[in-house]
Amino acid sequence: MLNVKTERTINFSDEQEQLLEIATNFCREKSEIAQVRSLLNDEKGFAPQIWLEMAELGWMGVAIPEEFGGSGLGLGEVVALVEPMGRALFTSPFITTTLAAQALLAGGTQSQQARWLPRICKGAVLSLALSELHGDWDLSNLTATALEKNGQLELSGTKTFVSYAPDAQALIVSVSLNGAPALVLVDAEALPEGALVRETNVDETQRTYRVVLDGLRVPSDALLNSGDIVPVLNQIHLAANLLSAAELSGGIGGVLEYTLDYLRTRKQFDRLIGSYQSLKHTMTDILLGYEATRSHLYYAAGCFGADAEGEIALRMAKAQASETLAYAADRAIQFHGGFGFTYDCDAQLYRRRAIWGASFHGDAPFHRQKLGDLLL
Amino acid sequence: MELTEQDRNDFRAEVRLWFKENTPEDPGFVLPQTFMEVGTDQQFEFLRNWQRKVYEAGYLGMAWPVEYGGGGKPQVLQDIVTEEMIRAKTPLIMNTIGLNWAGPLILAKGSEAQKKAYIKNILTAEDIWCQGFSEPDNGSDLGNAQLKAERDGDEYVLNGSKIWTTHGSYAKYMILLARTNPQANNKYEGLSFFLSPMQVEGIKTVPIKKLTGEYGFTQTFFDDARIPADCIMGSEGEGWKMAMLTLTFERGAAGGQAGGVAILYASVQEVVDMAKKVQRNGRPAVEDPVLRDQLVRLLMDEKALSLGGIRAGMAPLDSERPLALPLSEKLQGSELQRRLADVAVQLQGANMAYYMGDSEAAENGRWQRSYFNAFSATIGGGTSQIQKNIIGERVLGLPKA
Ligand SMILES: Cc1cc2nc3c(=O)[nH]c(=O)nc-3n(C[C@H](O)[C@H](O)[C@H](O)COP(=O)(O)OP(=O)(O)OC[C@H]3O[C@@H](n4cnc5c(N)ncnc54)[C@H](O)[C@@H]3O)c2cc1C
Repeated sequence: MLNVKTERTINFSDEQEQLLEIATNFCREKSEIAQVRSLLNDEKGFAPQIWLEMAELGWMGVAIPEEFGGSGLGLGEVVALVEPMGRALFTSPFITTTLAAQALLAGGTQSQQARWLPRICKGAVLSLALSELHGDWDLSNLTATALEKNGQLELSGTKTFVSYAPDAQALIVSVSLNGAPALVLVDAEALPEGALVRETNVDETQRTYRVVLDGLRVPSDALLNSGDIVPVLNQIHLAANLLSAAELSGGIGGVLEYTLDYLRTRKQFDRLIGSYQSLKHTMTDILLGYEATRSHLYYAAGCFGADAEGEIALRMAKAQASETLAYAADRAIQFHGGFGFTYDCDAQLYRRRAIWGASFHGDAPFHRQKLGDLLL
Repeated sequence: MELTEQDRNDFRAEVRLWFKENTPEDPGFVLPQTFMEVGTDQQFEFLRNWQRKVYEAGYLGMAWPVEYGGGGKPQVLQDIVTEEMIRAKTPLIMNTIGLNWAGPLILAKGSEAQKKAYIKNILTAEDIWCQGFSEPDNGSDLGNAQLKAERDGDEYVLNGSKIWTTHGSYAKYMILLARTNPQANNKYEGLSFFLSPMQVEGIKTVPIKKLTGEYGFTQTFFDDARIPADCIMGSEGEGWKMAMLTLTFERGAAGGQAGGVAILYASVQEVVDMAKKVQRNGRPAVEDPVLRDQLVRLLMDEKALSLGGIRAGMAPLDSERPLALPLSEKLQGSELQRRLADVAVQLQGANMAYYMGDSEAAENGRWQRSYFNAFSATIGGGTSQIQKNIIGERVLGLPKA
């Protein structure tokens, strides 16, 4: 059968290939399932010494220009790191810190960039405080506010799902200032007592916090670019979804293998259960969804930033990844029978991850709606 | 021969021009969208002439050996031609069973005499080929085929029936899977493979009316039909091996085909364009949120399919399961076409009930017809369910039933 090849192709660089291999080995070694599970009850939720190793490997600087101590590659290369992390359910402040760095690159002042980007490369954690209690994915829908008073900004309101906030040296917070969206870089030290409230996240591998801004004062040079911040928010939204798609894609690979292992060993009625077609064909559907996800993902990684085409590609990747992981993990629970209903079965870890991933900057229907606007 | 990018671009330009100048005008009757749809003599003659013309221009079998009538050129040139045919929306190339299944098989496994006898006429469409695999009682379970071939001197005597024979009434030859040894250790070892002539006493084809109301394939009866013993491919007992190899060519999982478009795929964009014209509640249907979601899903699947074709060749991105993409292309492509046509039909609102033949049917009922015809590819060549078994077992390592 013949297919018309698209004019564009998948750009997969040597760097991506190397990073994919290194990260795959790294995560396999550092994030065995016992380690993942031991972190579920850990307050921090990640291993600081492994985080430092990642910094030494230069991972936090992959998409940061060389002048700031990074390696000057792009987010497409970061995708090759994040996919294996998702597969091993390896968690750390990597995604939020990488996105904070992208926010600074897109909208930070020169002095903010000079101060923070080199530190990020060396292992400083930064986090984003963008979402709010209304749960809207529109990053411009803001009820948190900043008031300019005597050369200072007075913040109020509550932000939600701020990842690894207690470990962050600074937060990038979105607020409404004079009726328009603005981003404020908040030094962790400036946060009032009790500002951080740990959330109970469905995905127990994650650490997220509500941040109560009331009473917070920061100097007015804490503002990111005073110009129009909407394009910066949009940039963060797109970058977040690209990395989220990568993490979810890895998750599909992980849960697929986990379920296949069971289907190839568990017997009922004297037969391996994987020989039953209602299981076999479902696993094939999941495989096909996984293959589609990876095609979209690496295409998106190769054309990130390429205007409309890049945006279309990454929204397709996120929509496909999100829906496929939810389905794969949902079926993984079912296909493990009674064991699937237990906390000990890893299927729930992936299903929870799928919910977290869908919540993170847009689920599949949300992105398909945006795609409709771009394509129809 | 090493081709530079410049060489390829020059060639593409030449080909593009040729198809621009030579693609025939609308003949005024319905042309098939897939090779399996050829049903009238009018369609048959038209497409046969078109294939001959393309071959004579040097654009078919370009990578096949010169001594048998091929072009002896790099495969990439043939691929360019095929892409340009799709682009130019030319009629399809009809002798697919010869060009893309039997031909590569004969080139790979046939004797010198067989190559000399058959290859050139496959290319010119002088000889139409058909495939005699399925039987009334044995379809998906192809290994259980029962048509009898008994050796009698330097002939084989054939008895039994094949069915769903595409091009059965036009074919001069059939690739035939038959049972030479009913006592073999297992059902597979009793099979042999023949390049059987069709114009033989005792072979009769009876047309079958398709679900669209048209004719397209036949049932083929064998009643003491005698064919020369040297029609066999390989030796007795090698039939299953040959059949499996044929299916690898048929499903596009191995290269070596002569090229040319066999199936004209509809693109999702065509349906999107229709959605902009059709009305719902006084507004363009494309504004309907549920429909938008369906269309976007189709666009995503279409994109994934074409990206999959690219990624299949990229070792670092497919090393874990290198067979996943090649083995799923037929399943994914055929199911997408079926779903697409289904949406295209429903999109027409009240008018979805028009069928070809009605003057008011959208695009002469093309989508209604395409929807029904789409099952040719989800059933023929191994059904979608069988494809899922194959992927589950060969790619995912799940146990057989
Ligand atoms: C348009 C068209 C053209 C064709 N052209 C040719 C041709 O030129 N030459 C030729 O030899 N054949 C041809 N075929 C036949 C085709 O290959 C068979 O129809 C096909 O392999 C299915 O066999 P069957 O019709 O006997 O269905 P069956 O095998 O009886 O299948 C009936 C249903 O059962 C399902 N099923 C069967 N076995 C399994 C299983 N193990 N697991 C799960 N589900 C199963 C099938 O998926 C199907 O849905 C053509 C078919 C069509 C539709």
